[in-house]
Amino acid sequence: MKKKSASVWLVARWIIILAVLIAIYLPLIMIILYSFSTARSVGGDFGSFTFALYENLFKNDNLLAATKNTLIIGLVSAFISTILGTTAAIGIHYMRRKVKGVVETSSQITVVNAEIVTAMGFFLLMLFLRETVGLPVNKGMVWLIIAHTVITTPYVILTVSPRLKQLNPNLLEASMDLGAGPMRSLLTVMLPQLAGAMVSGFALAFTLSLDDFVVTSLNTSANIDTISTYVYAGLRHNLKNDIRALSTIIFVIVLAVLIAFNIMKDKKAKQQKLK
Amino acid sequence: MSLVKKFQEDGNVDAHENEVIGESANVSLKRSENIIEVKGVTKVYDGVTVLDNLSLGIKRGQFVTLLGPSGCGKTTLLRCIAGFETPTEGEIYISGVPITDVPPFKRPVNTVFQKYALFPHLNVFKNVAFGLKLKKISDPTAKKGVRKYTKAEIEEKVNNALKLVGLEDYGHRDVNSLSGGQQQRVAIARAIVCEPQVLLLDEPLGALDLKMRKEMQIELKKMHERLGITFIFVTHDQEEALTMSDIVVVMNDGAIQQVAWPKKIYDEPSNAFVADFIGESNIFTGVMTKDFVITILNKSLKCVDKGFEKNEKVDVVVRPEDIIITESHGNGQFDGEVLSTVFKGTYYEMEVLASDYEFTVQSQKEFKQGSKVSLEIEPDNIHIMKKRLTINKYIGKVVAENAVEFCGGTFEIPTTDYEVGDEVIVYVPFTAVELTDDEEDGVIGANVTQSVYRGTYFQVQVFTDSDDDFYIDTSDEWDMDDRVGIKIDASQVRLERYSPEEEKSNEEEQK
Amino acid sequence: MKKSKSKVFRPTAFAFPYIAVTVVFVIVPLILVLVYAFKGADGSFTFDNFAKVFTDADTLSQLAKTIGIAALSTVICLLIAYPVAYILASSPFNKMAILSLLFIIPMWINFMLRIFALQSILNLFGIQKGFWAAIIGLVYDFFPYMLLPIYTVLLNIDKSYGEASRDLGANSVTTFFKVTLPLSLPGVISGISMMFMPVFSSYAITMTMGDMSSNVFGAKIATLFDLHNYGYGSALSFVLLLLVVAVMFIGSYFSGRTAKTLKRGKVL
Repeated sequence: MKKKSASVWLVARWIIILAVLIAIYLPLIMIILYSFSTARSVGGDFGSFTFALYENLFKNDNLLAATKNTLIIGLVSAFISTILGTTAAIGIHYMRRKVKGVVETSSQITVVNAEIVTAMGFFLLMLFLRETVGLPVNKGMVWLIIAHTVITTPYVILTVSPRLKQLNPNLLEASMDLGAGPMRSLLTVMLPQLAGAMVSGFALAFTLSLDDFVVTSLNTSANIDTISTYVYAGLRHNLKNDIRALSTIIFVIVLAVLIAFNIMKDKKAKQQKLK
Repeated sequence: MSLVKKFQEDGNVDAHENEVIGESANVSLKRSENIIEVKGVTKVYDGVTVLDNLSLGIKRGQFVTLLGPSGCGKTTLLRCIAGFETPTEGEIYISGVPITDVPPFKRPVNTVFQKYALFPHLNVFKNVAFGLKLKKISDPTAKKGVRKYTKAEIEEKVNNALKLVGLEDYGHRDVNSLSGGQQQRVAIARAIVCEPQVLLLDEPLGALDLKMRKEMQIELKKMHERLGITFIFVTHDQEEALTMSDIVVVMNDGAIQQVAWPKKIYDEPSNAFVADFIGESNIFTGVMTKDFVITILNKSLKCVDKGFEKNEKVDVVVRPEDIIITESHGNGQFDGEVLSTVFKGTYYEMEVLASDYEFTVQSQKEFKQGSKVSLEIEPDNIHIMKKRLTINKYIGKVVAENAVEFCGGTFEIPTTDYEVGDEVIVYVPFTAVELTDDEEDGVIGANVTQSVYRGTYFQVQVFTDSDDDFYIDTSDEWDMDDRVGIKIDASQVRLERYSPEEEKSNEEEQK
Repeated sequence: MKKSKSKVFRPTAFAFPYIAVTVVFVIVPLILVLVYAFKGADGSFTFDNFAKVFTDADTLSQLAKTIGIAALSTVICLLIAYPVAYILASSPFNKMAILSLLFIIPMWINFMLRIFALQSILNLFGIQKGFWAAIIGLVYDFFPYMLLPIYTVLLNIDKSYGEASRDLGANSVTTFFKVTLPLSLPGVISGISMMFMPVFSSYAITMTMGDMSSNVFGAKIATLFDLHNYGYGSALSFVLLLLVVAVMFIGSYFSGRTAKTLKRGKVL
């Protein structure tokens, strides 16, 4: 009797899990399916299997440009924020408690703040720099890269800091003691220890940049779109079907990267076990 | 040798006499070679003074140990010499050159860290070669007169260093795969391969097990003899300090308590702190009746000390193994009864109650619990030290007819002869102070900084929030760093009118 | 004795570039928001913008409505995410790493594309743009962010707590409410904080999925911004900033309290 109720409970749990998974993935699967159809809307008459949307996608200059912008902004800002965030994490790690608290708290401002306020602040800063200080700053790619760097750097710090806490507390001192200057110590001693955390930090910064809408929307110029702003505009007006093809490509890439990453992690764990 | 002699002469090292050490060291800088010179170094962290106007000279080639309880400032001093900390005040010289503003990577010293700090991404060979690869050596034939070591030179030096620490064939090994003792050896090889003038060792044996530690002690000592460079070794383990060092520097509360060679530290501790910290001791409060005669526990004993004031109160230390214990013959210096006996491997340790004092006695011969015994102490085994303070003394202000304010609190004390607003000197005997467990129960709050057993009572030192020290004689032991409250028995307190000039002359008199 | 000024390099100096960036690009903008909030159309100092915030019925109702939308969507999301997290952290599901990964994967796909996919499906089921479609959109978008912290905390709760509870005679329901749920509260608070305030800025979702009835406060600021009304927009931003601070304090109060309970639990 008891055994039966246990198995009923197990089935019930499977049902809940599967129901939620279906709710999450059904929209994505339908998009992938209908990326091979020219049907006007998802779920409509499928018609015949075709690559027409993919062909359209590679002719859609605006969407291709948006994708390119998204990647450039994401890669460049993630690169800068990885360097900035890692050095910051090292500096913060060696601070005295009081100063440390102040710097750590201010590094979390953009993380906890409402994104719209951050976005507004960036725009006002640009106005201020241009009109009061007289610097030649404008809405556009460079400004977007700066903004994305600033909002993603705190996440790099959050990723690198825990790894620093695991390190031997005297490592940097040992290097300086043996005659290496600060920059050499950073490059030859600290960075090799932090490489793994830096890769995770880079990945996090990159995906956060790809996902950003609010800051981008308020700080981009009229002729520069990212995937987020392009789709947003399209959804409100007239979105072309070839967005289904783009979604499918992105979904496949994300899945491939995640699977590859997990396989690598498993391999590493197994190797360490063997050791 | 002059430096050592100087220490031999002064018995008591306190803040003032540190300057004396500095001076004598300065003199010896010109004559003998002082490789490290610490002058008036003070280090303050977030308002806490970790090193307090500390001066010290270290001779070339010596094995010097900084010894003290945790938090006494020994590691901070070492880090100041290494360059990881900058003194708030004061100057440090290496070979006569001021290096206070020189970064660690340009100092001719190398450090062995407590947890080794080996670079985990490099193998043993690369760890040891790390410093050599960065080093520039003078070579007149090279372009700028300096060049780097060649690969062959590095290889030779690394292999020699590994040989010295007994790890010849370990070069290719991953440092994470080594045992604690082996990692320790790599850390030492990594530091000495750079041929530093001074090797700094920050509690390097702390993480090893007992057997390993003993082995490393002997090896380090041998290494020191072979290399001939100066070793500065930090430890809290008094046995380690006494077995390994040429000179021991005992520290407490950011100040040097005593600098001397191990035997002298043990035989002639300069004050009650050192006596209590090094080895076991019986500590008494005695009175110098006259030269060569000391009275403890109401018995007059012969001693070898002179030069104290008549009837001056002093601290008296007698080591447990220096007390001669015999079966009771009725007319020993002290006659009493054995309370307990414990066999300690090579000797027996006994607690003996005599003259209301619990003596700790060590002897090869066993006396059973309850047996009557006589105790004798030879004159040259009685160590007499000036008492640092005999009464608590503060400057206060009369705030009401029966209240005086001092040390940040208002105490109820009848002030017959004084008017409100008068400044007074408040004398509080050690026995007039009562500590309370709950801070709220006392008039002011304080932290316990020291608790020394004096045979019949504990002398506790507390540090109040107003930065004053209180000494208390009490029957209870108090834990270090405990928060306590302070109450004062008004009937034992004495007041005196305070005038600044008089105060000055008084102070000189005390000196 | 001379005071030696530190010329020696300190590792803390590695943080200086980042501190400079934070001052210029985070602190200065916040000051500018405050400055603009007190700046009238003619550039003079004025309280008008703030006066307008508290007199404009439309603004106040929109603020109240946004709080409602954020609370509603957060609660719905929590009610779905908690059971899923609980199941995923329980045996035998806790051994299936791939299963939990499946729930997290959407985090890596651009949220606008996911909203586009969701909208297509809702159309298929006949759910039109509107209030509830917007709520569904918010729940769908934030689900992984709510799930992950709760799941992590539940997974790391020491099994012996549950065993101890059962050993002491509690049944599974009592064990859940008296032991597991209180221990998982830090994860719940973390999940809530990752959703509640961000909803205020999520106008990209509410504008595309919903209609006027589901418009969030962030949209209002963005609109004012499009109209170059920076003064009033800054005043509203400042109000939002105060709300963020208030929510943070409430959050840290609760997490502080659970931390205390946990500590006390340890002693017991």
